[in-house]
Amino acid sequence: MKLEASGVTKRYGDQSALDGVDFETGSDARVIALLGPSGGGKSTLLRVLGCLMTPDEGAIHLDGRKLPNEEAESLVERRQNGFVFQGYNLFPHLSALENITLPLREVHQMSVGDAYARAVELLARLGLSGHEHKRPAELSGGQQQRAAIARALAPKPRLLRRDEPTSALDPVMTGEVLDVIGELAAEGQHIVLSTHEIAFARQVSDTVVFLSHGKALETTPTQRFFEEPTSEAARQYLQGLSKYR
Amino acid sequence: MPASRSSIARRLLWSIALLLGVSLLVQAVFQSSAYEWNWEAAWKYRQQFLFGWLTMLGICAGAMVVSVTVGLLLMVGARSAIEPVRLLCHGIIEFIRGTPLLVQLLIGYYIVANALHLNSPFLIGTLLLGLFEGAYLAEIFRGAIESIGASQREAARAVGFSTTQTYRYVIIPQALRRALPGSTGQLVSLIKDSSLLSVIGIEELVQKVRILNSASYTGLEGYVPLAVAYLIVTLPLSLWARRLERRFAYET
Repeated sequence: MKLEASGVTKRYGDQSALDGVDFETGSDARVIALLGPSGGGKSTLLRVLGCLMTPDEGAIHLDGRKLPNEEAESLVERRQNGFVFQGYNLFPHLSALENITLPLREVHQMSVGDAYARAVELLARLGLSGHEHKRPAELSGGQQQRAAIARALAPKPRLLRRDEPTSALDPVMTGEVLDVIGELAAEGQHIVLSTHEIAFARQVSDTVVFLSHGKALETTPTQRFFEEPTSEAARQYLQGLSKYR
Repeated sequence: MPASRSSIARRLLWSIALLLGVSLLVQAVFQSSAYEWNWEAAWKYRQQFLFGWLTMLGICAGAMVVSVTVGLLLMVGARSAIEPVRLLCHGIIEFIRGTPLLVQLLIGYYIVANALHLNSPFLIGTLLLGLFEGAYLAEIFRGAIESIGASQREAARAVGFSTTQTYRYVIIPQALRRALPGSTGQLVSLIKDSSLLSVIGIEELVQKVRILNSASYTGLEGYVPLAVAYLIVTLPLSLWARRLERRFAYET
């Protein structure tokens, strides 16, 4: 896929979360990692990419097609894409299985039987067999995260967006979740994710967009970003992260 | 969590013991007071009492339907995007909650209903009581809906739900559970508040007991069964609500 942003700006009050983001990835990008310090605009950019927010100015093009600003068209766009939140945001009143089948039935008009089969298959693949009928509160953090991935994958999205997949997990669960994302990427699923797991981003992504203070400072193939970052901010960021590792 | 047999047995034993203890205490208080109880005189009016009780039940059932409807309408109105509608609904809620039911009943019956040429006290009483409790329910409903966080709305948007679907599948099912304890408390209040309807001449339970007391030359005999008659309705309602709450419990 090819992802382009031109002059994307989003303000909250008088604070700019995105301050004219410009970048353009290669047309063969498969897994794009948004990196950068906290507060740099990663989550906001991801929400704009997920059509959960419309930018105040500027536009995003995905494979040459402009993402819509109008609500009805955004809804259509959201239905074709998966989004996994930092806090999972599963529906607490539904079981893991129902969290997946409800959107399949109501949004994607799948039959009860087909939706059930798809949900069971996905939960099994993500290692949640036997947990299908548990509510989110009965699942561990890593299990909730995987259930949220299953929900986002269920309608076979063209593009999966993930906000900080591991920020709320302990190291073992982090490993589990990163394995799942790595497998998905290996299968060819297109993914855009924001993360602080530098080693993981290096291993799984092919393109890095480095965001700082609401601007995209670098957009490069992953390997080059880690070997020879061009901006001073990126160099400092990488140094700061490697200090204690 | 299903209670084990031994814990049920223990709870039953405690309940019986406490009931006995409280009964003895009540007995002691009643006996040591100077009041002469005359139950025979009161017993003659049992049919009148029953009639009053049934009237109360009828009015309460009607008023509950009215109050839930009014509550939902006012809640939706108070959250409306149209400013005059929002202001009006907020105004109605605050006015009703801020003034005594007694005044609302008197003005509503002798002035408003009169001007509208309505003269069934039963109907007007049901409507006024339903309106009064509905204003409280509106605020309970609004609180419940607004307590469902932005992250749930965002998740609903992300899976592709439209606004209607978001309310139907995500917000209302969760809000319902949060509104349940407050709403049942309000419905219990409704039952007790129905006792004020005697001021507009409805012969519900309290009014019947007053008549009974004066006709039988007794002072207080009617009021003890009166309290029991209210408990017969309010206790099952509370118990039922607690069972519903358990059924909806999913947050640990």
